[in-house]
Amino acid sequence: MSDKNWEPKIVAFVCNWCTYTGADLAGTSRLKYPTNVKLIRVMCSGGIDPVFILKAFERGADGILVSGCHPNDCHYNAGNFHARRRWTFFDELLEYLGVEKGRLQFSWVSASEGKKFVDVVSKVVNDVKEMGPFKSYDELNSEFMTKFPDMPEIDKNMIIKEEEAV
Amino acid sequence: MKIGVFICHCGENIGRTVDCPRVSKACQWLPGVEVSLDYKYMCSDPGQNMIKDEIRKKKLDAIVVGSCSPHMHEKTFRKAAVDAGINPFLVEIANLREHCSWVHDDIDAATDKAIDLVRMAVEKVKRNQPLTTIEVPVTKRTLVIGGGIAGIQAALDVANAGYEVVLVEKEPSIGGHMSQLSETFPTLDCSQCILTPRMVEVYQHPKIKLMTYSEVEKVEGFIGNFTVTIRKKARHIDESKCTGCGLCTTKCPVKKKAFNSFEENLAYRPAVYVPFPQAVPNIPVIDETVCTYYKTGKCQMCVKVCGREAISFDQQDTLVTEEIGAIIVATGYKLYNIEKKPEGSMIKGYGEYGYGKYKDVVDGLQFERIASASGPTSGEFKRPSDGKEPKKIVFIQCVGSRDDSKGFSYCSKICCMYTAKHAMLYKHKVHDGEAYVFYMDIRSGGKMYEEFVRRAIEEDGVKYIRGRVSKITEKNGKYIVKGEDTLASMPIEIDADMVVLATAMIAQTEASELAQTIGIPYDKYGFYNEAHPKLRPIESTTGGVFLAGACQSPKDIPESVAMASAAAAKAMVLFGSDKLEREPVVAKVNELFCAGCFLCKKVCPYGAVEVKEMKDRNGVVYKEIAYVNEGLCQGCGTCTASCPSKSIELAGFNNEEVFAQIAAL
Repeated sequence: MSDKNWEPKIVAFVCNWCTYTGADLAGTSRLKYPTNVKLIRVMCSGGIDPVFILKAFERGADGILVSGCHPNDCHYNAGNFHARRRWTFFDELLEYLGVEKGRLQFSWVSASEGKKFVDVVSKVVNDVKEMGPFKSYDELNSEFMTKFPDMPEIDKNMIIKEEEAV
Repeated sequence: MKIGVFICHCGENIGRTVDCPRVSKACQWLPGVEVSLDYKYMCSDPGQNMIKDEIRKKKLDAIVVGSCSPHMHEKTFRKAAVDAGINPFLVEIANLREHCSWVHDDIDAATDKAIDLVRMAVEKVKRNQPLTTIEVPVTKRTLVIGGGIAGIQAALDVANAGYEVVLVEKEPSIGGHMSQLSETFPTLDCSQCILTPRMVEVYQHPKIKLMTYSEVEKVEGFIGNFTVTIRKKARHIDESKCTGCGLCTTKCPVKKKAFNSFEENLAYRPAVYVPFPQAVPNIPVIDETVCTYYKTGKCQMCVKVCGREAISFDQQDTLVTEEIGAIIVATGYKLYNIEKKPEGSMIKGYGEYGYGKYKDVVDGLQFERIASASGPTSGEFKRPSDGKEPKKIVFIQCVGSRDDSKGFSYCSKICCMYTAKHAMLYKHKVHDGEAYVFYMDIRSGGKMYEEFVRRAIEEDGVKYIRGRVSKITEKNGKYIVKGEDTLASMPIEIDADMVVLATAMIAQTEASELAQTIGIPYDKYGFYNEAHPKLRPIESTTGGVFLAGACQSPKDIPESVAMASAAAAKAMVLFGSDKLEREPVVAKVNELFCAGCFLCKKVCPYGAVEVKEMKDRNGVVYKEIAYVNEGLCQGCGTCTASCPSKSIELAGFNNEEVFAQIAAL
């Protein structure tokens, strides 16, 4: 594990109507949670692209939280159902890629659940603290290569540079 | 691009845990930032003037305000920006209060986080596009669904203001449950006497188009611009010819085949019928399921007696489309049917009370009909089984309501009051009768309500027993009600002549289907959800759709009427202007990149994605791509996440903007 002073970087992708408002309520109720988490607001959890998650990991996030309205409560009727379906699949895919389970977490936090937001955030922070810093994709790749030495090496030049991608 | 950063102390609210001067100093060196300042109260007039002055002086292109949640003051700062001449969508808020200062204690860590939050906002605002608000026209017509007292009130209010109304009722007559009631609490005035004038007013109002025996089939469009398809069920009577003389209903030979649902199945009705004598419109309906003509092709008695030739056996359902600007949903409630046969998996019956098995165990609405002067017994108290006058009646409250095991945790709100009313009405007519009420708690909040219950107990001598009933059995024409008196801590047994169950008010059977048709959310009981439980109780979360009456939660008459008037006012607010302004947060398609896979079309909850044909100069279609209807798009962005080529993006939250925020972490 890493040194004791290490603090994880957590990104939370939250929907505007439920979880963002729930986080506002956590503030209004003066509840406390760790400073590690930073929120990125989107209109609906259904609009959170899996690429956002990959990008955030690439940019040094150690843990990611995705949160929206409870099923059936979506401001847009069905957005969170799409999100749920997408994340169930994507979670498995991430694990397959070598990202440990628990780095990416999902929850439903409604606008009235300030306390739940704090609990969820604290849980993510604690889980990620235990796991240690997120290994870069390069490291994951080399780990993979040691497991399967026959695999042809990926041509690094083929990978699009971050700057170009953004 | 020149960006201005403004950090608010919010008095001490942010300043206490976030070192604001340090934040503003640190942000000065961010690329693109021209000026970075902090001030005690940014939302105050001097604070806003400071922002405006800086924008003008430094010729800023965009601003970032580090303050409270965007849900609080985003509008304020956007307005300030507009005043100073920059686009409102080039304003970003970094939430330093709710998401930073209030939730953290450590000043250093909180200040670091605040800097990060501002940096993220700066990176985002650099990529923001100036957007203009979208204007959509408004159709100044209202659709009211449900012709109960709430629907009637809403329709009259809107129509009296001079706007057209389409009132749709699924039953053959308007009036709803209120027309079934005998008297109303707490004044004991006759329900029909106060309701029927209003029903007639609706019928005669030049601005109201009344469509009874009709159901809403399809709702398309959006606030101010709905297209509604209404199914007008076949009455088999030509409405333009019928005078409502009633000869057909009296001559119809089918007498005992169909229960009269208006009389809550306590009486029969003929195959051609008007639900009740004061029905509006007073035009009969032929019930295909029991009419002899539809079975054997013979009879036609009604055709023979009708002098106006109004009977039309081959009439079909017709679909009517209406252009509507606002929808008021007032579909009301129904009583929890406690017969043994469960209506749905969620509902478990009360077999122990023998409803459906014992004829003299009735529910609240059935008792209303028995008590009503226009009812099957002409207002005399007679048992349904043998027509004898009951000398002892047991009323049981909270049957279904407040009972998790039956699936209804909520209080039905009106049962305490109507049970007291029932007991009083009974005592007023049967002076030597005894009335017992089993209750859990008496909930009589409302003007003159508590006094009404006290009157039942003190003046009319209704006996209230706190406790539940465990079982009802029949013995020699009497009903043995076994229960517990929890105040005396002893079991109690009453041999009653009749039992009245105050069953729960539940959502209409088709409530959830209608909600899906209109696109409004509902709770687990099937009641429609309001946009905010306290501050927006009338509006649904869907723009332009308002709620009135018991379809939202159990309600009594005054509350339903108040809500209906409020919903009418909300609809009229909409009609106050010719154009509606809405935020331009909508999806946009990049026509060059779109490959036309239409995944976005599949996931869109609003059907806002349409197919657009791309034509070359000869007018030949060379590809089909997605096109977003700005009026329909609500801006959720589900399409953007599903697009494989990232050629559909949500204005204000596009990929570039989000990536920039991620990169700034």
